[in-house]
Amino acid sequence: MNAKTPLEQKLKHEQLGLSDQKVVEMYKYMLLARKLDERILLLQRAGKINFHVSGIGQEVAQVAAAFALDRERDYFLPYYRDYGFVLAVGMTLKELMLSSFAKAEDPNSGGRQMPGHFGSKRLRIVTGSSPVTTQVPHAVGFALAAKMQKKDVVSFVTFGEGSSNQGDFHEGCNFAGVQKLPVIIMCENNQYAISVPIHKQLAGKVSDRALGYGFPGVRVDGNDAFEVFAAVKEARERAVRGEGPTLIEAMLYRLSPHSTSDNDLAYRTKEEVEENRKKDGIPRFKQYLIECGLWSEEQDAALSKELAEQLKEAIEYADRAPFPKPEDTLLHVYADEGEEK
Amino acid sequence: MPVMEYIDAIRLAMKEEMELDERVFVLGEDVGVKGGVFTTTKGLQEQFGEQRVLDTPLSESAIAGVAIGAAMYGMRPIAEMQYSDFMLPATNQIISEAAKIRYRSNNDWNCPLVVRAPIGGGIFGGLYHSQCPESIFFGTPGLKIVAPYSAYDAKGLLKAAVRDPDPVLFFENKKCYKLIKEDVPEDDYIVPLGKANVLREGDDITVIGYSLPLHFAMQAAEELEAEHGISSHILDLRTLQPLDREAIIAAARLTGKVLIIHEDNKTGGVGGEVSAIISEECLFDLDAPIRRLCGPDVPAMPISPPMEKFFLLNKDKVKEAMLELALY
Repeated sequence: MNAKTPLEQKLKHEQLGLSDQKVVEMYKYMLLARKLDERILLLQRAGKINFHVSGIGQEVAQVAAAFALDRERDYFLPYYRDYGFVLAVGMTLKELMLSSFAKAEDPNSGGRQMPGHFGSKRLRIVTGSSPVTTQVPHAVGFALAAKMQKKDVVSFVTFGEGSSNQGDFHEGCNFAGVQKLPVIIMCENNQYAISVPIHKQLAGKVSDRALGYGFPGVRVDGNDAFEVFAAVKEARERAVRGEGPTLIEAMLYRLSPHSTSDNDLAYRTKEEVEENRKKDGIPRFKQYLIECGLWSEEQDAALSKELAEQLKEAIEYADRAPFPKPEDTLLHVYADEGEEK
Repeated sequence: MPVMEYIDAIRLAMKEEMELDERVFVLGEDVGVKGGVFTTTKGLQEQFGEQRVLDTPLSESAIAGVAIGAAMYGMRPIAEMQYSDFMLPATNQIISEAAKIRYRSNNDWNCPLVVRAPIGGGIFGGLYHSQCPESIFFGTPGLKIVAPYSAYDAKGLLKAAVRDPDPVLFFENKKCYKLIKEDVPEDDYIVPLGKANVLREGDDITVIGYSLPLHFAMQAAEELEAEHGISSHILDLRTLQPLDREAIIAAARLTGKVLIIHEDNKTGGVGGEVSAIISEECLFDLDAPIRRLCGPDVPAMPISPPMEKFFLLNKDKVKEAMLELALY
């Protein structure tokens, strides 16, 4: 990712319509997601929280995608590794920590769901579940509703490559293709479905499947923020022009174990993980910013310090926050009497 | 007040709700141009257009899943499953998603969805066009389940289901479509969810059920009254989830002799829960063991006429069970 291509005088991010300020902001979210994730892993190891599903290695694609969307109006259906994405569309560290600690104030679920099961109506993050890929038809439903209401918004949905083998992926894609709906379907291909590597999950490319559903499918380097940004931006433009869905397959690598209950070295080698760590998109992005003169090591050190402070504050808050009342288990099965929604 | 068939009442409910609220739309297989394989949605596409009466791909999980997404957005989708036998691919969407959306989001999101599905046999539909799948969904908190017997209720309950802020499974009986004809008001009324209905008052025996078999119970009660002077109290559950516990207990107490009837097979059926409620709440008011007359515990209904007949309840079978209970 060189700052300047020989043929173009404009910087890469400028070519894509991203301001200097925006790219720096992107980097901050990537780093924030990484630091958050690393810290949560430590909290789990320390016995402070019960469980975590990590998104380490996937933050670049997540943040880049978010920045290519209309973060004020679009609808988002992330999956459980999308910490970078939900941060970039407005969820706060405090809110995510409240979820990790399963506290009453957690806006995602009031401490009901596992962490990583994001949801916030305020941020148009649609509540998700653990059975994978059920969110693809939901995203199609949001797109259908938006089209019926003649709103120029899109829905954006993510999932892993293992999940792309679920029927709901195919049923959702086909429905969206037939109705030409404004939905962006992004597979974060992190090469593993828990322990099963891609060559045992897929005989072809996820992106090629779009052909069968009558819309474009593109494969991008998920460690390259600009490739992801460009693909999502173009997909969004197509969607609002009424040209229908786009499938994007972002190739990346899950640097962490599947979850805190997983020992990944039982099915892959340290060497393989280290090899992929070299491709990590975050240092690459930082290097780009430095080459552009938008960032420095000093600023980076200051940012790390600032993020550590923010994290500390969020953790302290979430740790002290009250648990839900036990009997609140019984609430919200149905709407209360007279409740409109 | 016009006389109409059960199927017309369902269609009228959809038409009225679509006229009243532009967020209401219908989606499913063959619902548009064809007007549904049973004609349930006939004429709706002409009136409301292709978008609001949407012919979908043959894809039940997407029909449910897309409807769930649209419902969370704020629309009021009515998703049609062509036969309830074919809704099992949508079960994950219904049970893992629709039923849990309010709960898992701590009341942030909700899912005002109606899934309509025809249940029941008696049309030579064989194993896969005859089933009663309500027990698959029964016992899933977060879902409401409705199964009307009368045309009046079919209209009023469907309208209530469309307006309900939570997901409702609306199980319409395909044998009732043409069989049940009665006065149905053309005005805007609803029948509230969660309320059972006394179809007939009596003091010798109580029959509790839902959907088509109540038709047989009503005929049998008429005959038993005339032939034996037996007076039957008949309770239509109407809503299977949540069950109207008070109405069940009151109906059981009234006569002390309870027969529960449904076409879904006996084991694991709704009748087991009704029976348990009675046992828990009013065992000492009973004068006879609780009886259940249900479909047999076989995988599904065979197509061959004598086998289909054997599987199904009818007036004579229900009458015999009622008489036996009365004589106990």
